[in-house]
Amino acid sequence: MAEFIDIYLLPGLWILGKVLLIVVPLLLAVAYAIYFDRKIWAAIQLRRGPNVVGPWGLLQSFADGLKLLLKETIVPSGANKGVFIIAPVLMFVVAFVAWAVIPFDDGLVLSNLNVGVLYLFAISSLGVYGIIMSGWASNSRYAFLGAMRSAAQMVSYEVSIGFVIVTVLLCVGSLNLSDVVMAQEGLWFFIPLFPVFIIFFISALAETNRAPFDLPEAEAELVAGYQVEYSSLTFALFWLGEYTAVLLMCAMTTTLFFGGWLSPFDNFLFNWIPGMEAFNAFMPGLVWFLLKTFFFFFVFSWIKASVPRYRYDQLMRLGWKVFLPLSLVAVIVTAGVLVAFDMLPNAS
Amino acid sequence: MIIQALTFYLFATIAVAAGFMVIASRNPVHSVLYLILAFFTSGGLFVLMGAEFLAMIMLIVYIGAVAVLFLFVVMMLDINSVDMKQGFLQYLPIGGVIGAILAIELLFIVSSWSFGGDTSLIAATARPVVSEVGNTQSIGLVLYTDYIYAFQAAGIILLVAMIGAIVLTHRSRPGVKKQNITNQVHRTPESAVELKKIPPGQGI
Repeated sequence: MAEFIDIYLLPGLWILGKVLLIVVPLLLAVAYAIYFDRKIWAAIQLRRGPNVVGPWGLLQSFADGLKLLLKETIVPSGANKGVFIIAPVLMFVVAFVAWAVIPFDDGLVLSNLNVGVLYLFAISSLGVYGIIMSGWASNSRYAFLGAMRSAAQMVSYEVSIGFVIVTVLLCVGSLNLSDVVMAQEGLWFFIPLFPVFIIFFISALAETNRAPFDLPEAEAELVAGYQVEYSSLTFALFWLGEYTAVLLMCAMTTTLFFGGWLSPFDNFLFNWIPGMEAFNAFMPGLVWFLLKTFFFFFVFSWIKASVPRYRYDQLMRLGWKVFLPLSLVAVIVTAGVLVAFDMLPNAS
Repeated sequence: MIIQALTFYLFATIAVAAGFMVIASRNPVHSVLYLILAFFTSGGLFVLMGAEFLAMIMLIVYIGAVAVLFLFVVMMLDINSVDMKQGFLQYLPIGGVIGAILAIELLFIVSSWSFGGDTSLIAATARPVVSEVGNTQSIGLVLYTDYIYAFQAAGIILLVAMIGAIVLTHRSRPGVKKQNITNQVHRTPESAVELKKIPPGQGI
């Protein structure tokens, strides 16, 4: 019995504790991300935003969550009940599972997978199932149209995201996300790979169905797309899953192009300042990681508040005729430059 | 080890059950969803074997791309399962023969592996030393050196299949409205907008 506790129970509980240590702050972060999102749009549109519940409206997300929790879950009579209920759960779970491999700080990662980048790519491509299943199971025209659009959109932009990731991996020589961050010491990848970073960021907007690519839920033409039949907790799960996916894309941008937990002041531009080294050593990497992620979240909201929605054929054209060739060229050029100047990592 | 064994049996049971449900469920969309579950659990089995690269490729290629398109098509086609059951008896012999051939082949492989004498040598050559190089690296090392021709041939076959599919399905149909992006981009306010002065009380 003692052996059972030592070998199976304690490590299991330890892993469970670490999982909770990621999931609970992440849920809180999502609640406040929704609040910040609304505040940022409000500020850009010269409104006040949520300001009633709690001081400065800080408790607005929790009030909304409680309200949704207490409402009745309505399943349409024509809906395919099992799939209808699994879809939002799937979307929520998939969005959270991906955080297992994100390195928050040096060594501060739940699962330091050797194929971390591939895992992230694989899990983020699963998000489309929640949308397709909900659209089909709702048995409603608006929901189905939204799901069809979303499926086409997410599959198209995944291709260019894949090539962008290949470009980054060529410069790293490893699929481990911690290695990706460590390879950026001194020079963050967004400087040498700037065009690729732009492609990645726009594709990330499309992959997470954010404006200007929020066609799956285009309010003006599809009411709310795939979410239209959902109410109560199932709707809340969609909402949480969507924002978690957005935060994940921000964290991915930080990790792949902006040096993850590395300090922005630890380079030749700042190192001559007296005391800078002590400051860099003092600041925990987690702070930098969270600040960078939050900055990208701000950019996401900023874009949402300032640009109009794309037309569907323009969206498809951008994905297949512009980004796909450009990212392919980027892979070839990067590989060519690395080989020509003998800069390949791990060259043996 | 017990945990690994339990996980293996859990994944294996789910995979087999999902595989059965693919052919047993009445709704074609449910069949595809069970197929995705079967892919996912076999990805999990790959992870248990220590082949994490293959597991991730399984997720990305089969679930992330192939099955999405599959689901997409099945949903759009609106297949009636009653109509599909019509030809069941007619195709039963062909399907049975194919199934039997596959089963016999599998049986041969398993029996030669189990009773064919010392197989540890084959196993040793097929398996890279995991402690020395990573899974991904060891695949990369042989794929682009020893198996370069097979790899390129597979690529060419896929390319031919892709071009063939495009050629077969892409035909010019009359009455299709297409957007011309260059024309749209080159529109100016002068050519697109007309301002008219309307005298009060008269309308246009």
